[in-house]
Amino acid sequence: MTPHRPAREVAIVAFAQSDHRRRTDDLSEVEMVMPVLHDVLRQTGLKASDIGFTCSGSSDYLAGRAFSFTMALDGVGAWPPISESHVETDGAWALYEAWVKLLTGEADTALVYSYGKSSPGSVRDVLTRQLDPYYLAPLWPDSVALAALQAQALVDAGHTDEPALAAIAERSRSDAAANPHAQLPGARPQGEYVVQPLRTGDCPPIGDGAAAVILAAGDLARELCERPAWIRGMDHRIEAHSLGVRDLTDSPSTRLAAERAGAFERPVDTAELHAPFTSQEVVLAKALGLDESVRVNPSGGALGANPVMATGLIRLGEAAARIHRGASDRALAHATSGPCLQQNLVAVLEGDPRA
Amino acid sequence: MTAAAPPPEALRAPLVVEFPFTRSLGPVQSAFLTGLRERTVLGARTEAGEVLVPPVEYDPVTAAELRELVEVGVTGTVTTWAWNPEPRRGQPLATPFAWVLVRLDGADTALLHALDAPGPEAVRTGLRVRIRWAAERSGAITDIACFEPYEYENDDPATGPQPHDGEFGNPVTGIVAPARLDYTYSPGRAQTRYLHALAGRRTVGERCPSCAKVYVPPRGACPTCGVATTDQVEVGPRGTVTTYCIVNIKAKNLDIEVPYVYAHIALDGAGLALHGRIGGIPYDEVRMGLRVEPVWSEDGRYPDHYRPTGEPDADYDTYKELL
Repeated sequence: MTPHRPAREVAIVAFAQSDHRRRTDDLSEVEMVMPVLHDVLRQTGLKASDIGFTCSGSSDYLAGRAFSFTMALDGVGAWPPISESHVETDGAWALYEAWVKLLTGEADTALVYSYGKSSPGSVRDVLTRQLDPYYLAPLWPDSVALAALQAQALVDAGHTDEPALAAIAERSRSDAAANPHAQLPGARPQGEYVVQPLRTGDCPPIGDGAAAVILAAGDLARELCERPAWIRGMDHRIEAHSLGVRDLTDSPSTRLAAERAGAFERPVDTAELHAPFTSQEVVLAKALGLDESVRVNPSGGALGANPVMATGLIRLGEAAARIHRGASDRALAHATSGPCLQQNLVAVLEGDPRA
Repeated sequence: MTAAAPPPEALRAPLVVEFPFTRSLGPVQSAFLTGLRERTVLGARTEAGEVLVPPVEYDPVTAAELRELVEVGVTGTVTTWAWNPEPRRGQPLATPFAWVLVRLDGADTALLHALDAPGPEAVRTGLRVRIRWAAERSGAITDIACFEPYEYENDDPATGPQPHDGEFGNPVTGIVAPARLDYTYSPGRAQTRYLHALAGRRTVGERCPSCAKVYVPPRGACPTCGVATTDQVEVGPRGTVTTYCIVNIKAKNLDIEVPYVYAHIALDGAGLALHGRIGGIPYDEVRMGLRVEPVWSEDGRYPDHYRPTGEPDADYDTYKELL
């Protein structure tokens, strides 16, 4: 499949995230989101009223608050009525919607944000509610259990083993030590099995957090950002929904999204992969053909902080921020949603050549 | 007016979200779940000849409608597994077990369920297993209680799928999937301050530092300016009915005689109206501009309703911006 080239230059021009914490009992969702919204506006000098389109991603099930996203909208300054949309999934898909909106020419700037408060509930159980309601949900197979089935399939196929998974955990948390927002900075013991073969160290931390980015088109992007992270391509694809139909050791949807996004045209120097479990990084690295020349998850990835519904958007933001500060010229960013890498989004970001 | 002080402590309360989803079944799902009730496992054959178990209504590759049913075995082979040392609420077994994907004999895809085994050392990919049926079956995936290891010398996994018409007496046409999620609700800074004040029979709003509007109840942000509200402002206790409706249908679990009046009430000093019930006056005498005051609930934690103060009605111009 040939890459789909965007019809308009659009870039990520600002990125902000909260400090991700195990609990944020003192903050409502809007109180958690507002600082990151103000941060990206400050970075660009834009006012809320300058934003052409606003799109957010979140899930009411996480904190058990119906229509929580409408409350969070208060933090945007949504009155008088703004042009706005919401996706009930990771904010990476909100970014995709905003990107399409800019490609149509209907807007020149977009504010994208997402947030997740996992602390009020039990996220392992909450995520069972997204599963097939006939054959899966009545069994309450939690998110770690499903990832563990995938991990065992990888071990059986000879694609990884426990020491290799532990090395991914150690590298991620060591890198997270340099990320001031991370919830788990620094390597730590792998711990006991949560669901064998996955140990505590193979699983993401549970916590709360928020993130925001601003997109801008063309010359406006150049005005707002010294080195915009141009979106060269972006695509998302989904696997068959029945787990028993899929080959859990591969991710054809990731590979196809990457092809469509143009990821294989030239090597990338950085990849921010949304792999909540160590074993899922193995699947993604294989599907994307990443070799050792690619710096994977310099931010620490989802193993360093996993504010569910924001983690994918943060991958796009971290990749863009690396381009902004000149640490990357061409980066791949990936986001996932659903059990065992059910849906996958891939974006290719580039900075302008440096003089 | 006082600057917003940090609340004395974060409030928290248990919150249970519980809902029974009632879902109808397609013809394939209906036959499969009814079959489980009758201890029969059905699969659906695709155009390419693959047998899907559990079956779906449409081919995951071609999207073609699937209608050809076959019966597969109640024994099968583990294709991957994961040992669950601490079962969680709702899961198939209460003692440690293995999650398994099982390809039943005659099927080409795998079914997720639990395997009852003494420990992880007794489980491996390739293990032969069979269905343990639930004693009481209703036409649900839980009619399979779990799988159990099945090692017999005369085991013949090569049994092919047998044609089946999918017909059973009294077919299951829907499922009720109960769901319960438990949360600990915490309302955040602004609402915590509001609730603490209410417990002292004071209604305290918060002012936007940018446009000066006073929000009651406060939610922490000004939706016009997109900034945090900063200053606490005591409003009321009296207020004005800005608009209202007459409720004629009794709400479930609400012990209030109908008809009654539910109103928007602009408390004195507030920048927008809040909701409240009006009592102490016949329902058909409530009007815009009526002056009211709160009547506190028995435990004094919140206004149970509002009643007329006896003051002259407010002039329309004083509340027309708050409608």
